[in-house]
Amino acid sequence: MTDTMTPRDATSASPSLAPGTSEALGRLGELRSQAPVISRRRRAAKEPSTWRVNMLRVGIVVGILTVWEVGANLGWIDAFFWSQPSQIWDTAKVTLESGDIVRNARFTFGSTIAGFLIGVIGGVSIGLSFWWSRTYALVAEPMVIAFEAMPKLALAPIIVLVLGIGISSKVAMATALVIVIQILNTYAAVRAVDNDLTTLVYSLGASRWQVFLKVVVPSVLPWVVSSLRVAIGLALTGAVVGEYIGSREGLGRMIQYAGSTYDIALIWVGVFTLALLSAFLYIAVSLAERGLLKGVIRAT
Amino acid sequence: MAIAEVVLPDAGTETVLEQLVVDGVSRTFPSPDGGVVEALVDAQLRVGQGEFISLIGPSGCGKSTLFNLIAGLDEPTSGSIVIDGVERNGQQGLVGYMLQKDLLLPWRTVLDNVVLGLEISGVARKEAYSIARPLLQTYGLGGFMDRYPGQLSGGMKQRAALLRTILFNRDVILLDEPFGALDAQTREHMQEWLLDLWDDFQKTVLFVTHDIDEAIYLSDRVFVMSARPGRIVAEIPIALERPRSPSIVTSPEFVALKATARGYLNNAHRIGGHIVVED
Repeated sequence: MTDTMTPRDATSASPSLAPGTSEALGRLGELRSQAPVISRRRRAAKEPSTWRVNMLRVGIVVGILTVWEVGANLGWIDAFFWSQPSQIWDTAKVTLESGDIVRNARFTFGSTIAGFLIGVIGGVSIGLSFWWSRTYALVAEPMVIAFEAMPKLALAPIIVLVLGIGISSKVAMATALVIVIQILNTYAAVRAVDNDLTTLVYSLGASRWQVFLKVVVPSVLPWVVSSLRVAIGLALTGAVVGEYIGSREGLGRMIQYAGSTYDIALIWVGVFTLALLSAFLYIAVSLAERGLLKGVIRAT
Repeated sequence: MAIAEVVLPDAGTETVLEQLVVDGVSRTFPSPDGGVVEALVDAQLRVGQGEFISLIGPSGCGKSTLFNLIAGLDEPTSGSIVIDGVERNGQQGLVGYMLQKDLLLPWRTVLDNVVLGLEISGVARKEAYSIARPLLQTYGLGGFMDRYPGQLSGGMKQRAALLRTILFNRDVILLDEPFGALDAQTREHMQEWLLDLWDDFQKTVLFVTHDIDEAIYLSDRVFVMSARPGRIVAEIPIALERPRSPSIVTSPEFVALKATARGYLNNAHRIGGHIVVED
């Protein structure tokens, strides 16, 4: 080939092409002509209507309860061990009328909230304090992680022995579960603070305290807020476990007592009340999240 | 624009106060293998009041190191930073510094962001607002005051960041590749806009860029830096008349300056590479 090569000639047999290139191109062409026609497909399922979803949800719950009740009556399910919905309902009415359930729920609610608040405020404060000194943070971090690795529920007997069977041991259990997670979460958030942002604010002549308030705290807050939902669940767990170990009041104590007297219906009442309490706390915290994010952050 | 009768500090024609002097400044860092990295060697820079200075150079030429030193975020290993006649090594808060990213605080509105400097220097929020509002209006951010940075385009964010730097109210401002991430069109607008601001506020500007055209178009003087070790290798006075129109980039003078700058810059790359090989 003596004529000058232009880039366009590259598709014809040119010395710069690797051997087999033209065969590969030919094969591609063949494949193209053999390719099956792709039929029209529905890309995504339609969003089901809310009404339909809700009906299904209610239907499943009603179905389970019906099977349970009928099964217990027909002897398929042992009502001594499993109880049955009608019995549970009767027990619930009795405990509601006597005020037992409300009193116990209030006790558990109180220790949960107290543990949650102490744990979150304490944990966030400690986590934020790590920003101030690298030495302190490096020394403290492995200790916090070690405490986190420890199954804190195993500490319950000690805590109840030390703090007694009153509310303080339940608050302490709830706090213990919440605080470590909060410390680690906050410290992770502190480390994630954009260094360039702090540099910029320092360049404006800010003091460390100003950088802390204007950059670090607002950067960390979204992390804290998004961890609150997990924290409230942990606080409830801690409080209930504290009650199992030794208490005079609370839903955990009620369940434990019912178990030791074979009052299965009462166990279920306790469990369902706990579930309701847990759902209530979760929803309350979720609602608070939005307000908190806007309100607190704007103030700084 | 807002202030029409401004006497432009034409480089060389009038005696100007030396606002910023970088005198024999070097900065070395310990390297991981136990040696030292010379980030900046014997930098000399004398900047008059109201001058617009650009620094161009390959990556790793120590431009950002130099800026950090002038901003007082870092201290020189030797030499001194003199601002308004006083040695200011390691002293923060004396110059406005705009980093490569816009670095607007995402949880603050544009208005709250631009008053940050005033706020830190202790100005009451109300007063800071009353200063910032008309300026935001004048400089094209009037409709965006209550928006959050996440709702703004890249160009708008840079404007807000630049206004924050101006509102910090220092005579010297350092701009580290402020338009580097913008598309060509926006970039051109921003250059115009920056020159307007410079005109109106009479700031002394140090501007880092990779773009030779940008450096020549904006500046009174352009400094060329080389990499490894970072040093200032050439100074190019830009005697183009102001105000400059964007069409100036095709004029013979501009093209000649560009060729000069490119020559120095290519040289800078070579010098840099050569020294690395010898190491």
